[in-house]
Amino acid sequence: MSATPMTAGGPQASGAQARTAKKRPGGGVKTFPLMAPSVGLLLIWMIVPLAMTLYFAFRRYNLLNPMIHGWAGINNFKYLIEDPALLHSLVVSVIIVVGVIAITIVLGSILAAVFNMPFFGQGVARVLMISPFFVMPTVSALVWKNLLLDPVDGLLAAIFRMVGLRPIAWFSVFPLGSIMVILCWEWLPYAFLILFTALQSMDEEQLEAARLDGATAVDIFINIQLPHMARAISVTIMIEMIFLLSVFAEIYVTTAGGPGYATTNLTFLIYQRALLAFNVGGASAAGVIAIILANIVSFFLTKNVGKRLEV
Amino acid sequence: MSYGIAKKGHPVAGTIAWLTALVMFFPIAWMLLASFKTEVQAVQTPPLVIFKPTLINYRDIFAEADYLHFAWNSVAISVGSTILTLIVGVPAAFAMAFYPTKSTRGILLWMLSTKMLPAVGVLVPIYLLCRDLGLLDSLTALIVINMLSNLPIAVWMLFTFFRDLPKDIIEASRIDGANLRQVLVHVLLPLVMPGIASTALLGIILCWNEAFWSLNLTAHNAAPLTAFIASFSAPQGLFWAKLSAASVLAIAPILIFGWISQKQLVSGLTFGAVK
Repeated sequence: MSATPMTAGGPQASGAQARTAKKRPGGGVKTFPLMAPSVGLLLIWMIVPLAMTLYFAFRRYNLLNPMIHGWAGINNFKYLIEDPALLHSLVVSVIIVVGVIAITIVLGSILAAVFNMPFFGQGVARVLMISPFFVMPTVSALVWKNLLLDPVDGLLAAIFRMVGLRPIAWFSVFPLGSIMVILCWEWLPYAFLILFTALQSMDEEQLEAARLDGATAVDIFINIQLPHMARAISVTIMIEMIFLLSVFAEIYVTTAGGPGYATTNLTFLIYQRALLAFNVGGASAAGVIAIILANIVSFFLTKNVGKRLEV
Repeated sequence: MSYGIAKKGHPVAGTIAWLTALVMFFPIAWMLLASFKTEVQAVQTPPLVIFKPTLINYRDIFAEADYLHFAWNSVAISVGSTILTLIVGVPAAFAMAFYPTKSTRGILLWMLSTKMLPAVGVLVPIYLLCRDLGLLDSLTALIVINMLSNLPIAVWMLFTFFRDLPKDIIEASRIDGANLRQVLVHVLLPLVMPGIASTALLGIILCWNEAFWSLNLTAHNAAPLTAFIASFSAPQGLFWAKLSAASVLAIAPILIFGWISQKQLVSGLTFGAVK
């Protein structure tokens, strides 16, 4: 995948280093003023809200009731952990993340291999294929909820009636499944696009040789293409994980977390606690948990990306 | 033989690929179709496929000044925050690509890790800060937040572009007596314009589709299209044709941007790990 920069990167990078070193005594280039705005802003963006979340997580603080104040100790965390809603929301989050990733990666890698073969109108088909990724989440959620899945007027309901079946109220009967369908529709194009790009960088001759040796498309996929995509797959998994952990708009627009807590993931739970129940302390405690979870993922992602980073 | 296949195309693969592509695109196509129906036709059973198209929904949407208000907010937020991102990000990416130091690698990875911070983890403090600063439902807040959350991606993408440029060109111009600012503006900028353009495109796409902060920090004044569309989440069968028309207009520009920049998006969206 990064064959070209890998070979060219080494000498180039060290050359740049040598030049910098050579220049520095001559009062050459001061990069600090160039870096400072970015680094400074991101530092503030990272530290200030984080510190505030941590602080609030140990406070008794309700926006509606100023009489509640003072330190809460670890009570916010204690209530949170005793609250069945937290565990449930974590389970919902995990189901969404694991389910959507599994589906999009499996279908995405197969489709990448299919699209990698030449066929008529490949460019147009690819454009249609990746389109859902660029649709804003509120639009995708509403198109699915209303136009397609609505139990009375939706397209699927109409088709069901035409073939003599009773329409299903998808968002009441399979709330989590319905949301996952929307998410897969949004994220399959992403997985596909990344994996397809990874496949494109592959040496055609290797595939030719395999084909001449009588390998079938399936053999080639499993033994050559899949290993080639391994790194792209791991990066896709981690980036999808980051985004899927914080799914919000799709739930907000379709089920608002319900029925009951059926589709309340951790993100939605925090939103409910903070902006609907105005419980700042409790929401912040849940926020701390979300940050810890995301950090575990981000640790691996950063490591993975860092391994390939040539400076 | 296999050469022949490569020339002629692969019928089985082609069929599967086209079927999948059409299924994936169908919801968008169906929405496009619905946007040209009347409200009654949009909820009709059996579903209408052939009908006399009407532009009434589009006319209604433009007649209500509100749509333009939300569209303008989306434009202001995406363009504003993308410009700010570039102003802050370009110099940093330039410095790291051309004058790497021992800490460059660490800084890049740290920037990546700030992107991993889940928005919801800081929802409460950001909401309270905006409330105390009077920035709830203001464009300023959304521009700044979008800028900060896209800055790491932009720096990474720009860094990748800058890094792959021939470094000697800078040496040459500096020997000719150009100072750093002149090098940046007259020598490098023209060279990296394609990179900057695709970074800007990705920034605009991400801002345009951003929903979490838009839904939580705006009510009406600063609400962009993502929030406006969410307000259609009303009872069933109401205004579906109008919703479709509004949605088509909301996603059309971004869809086209996405088609244009799909190649560069990959390196941007994977932090240069895949290209």
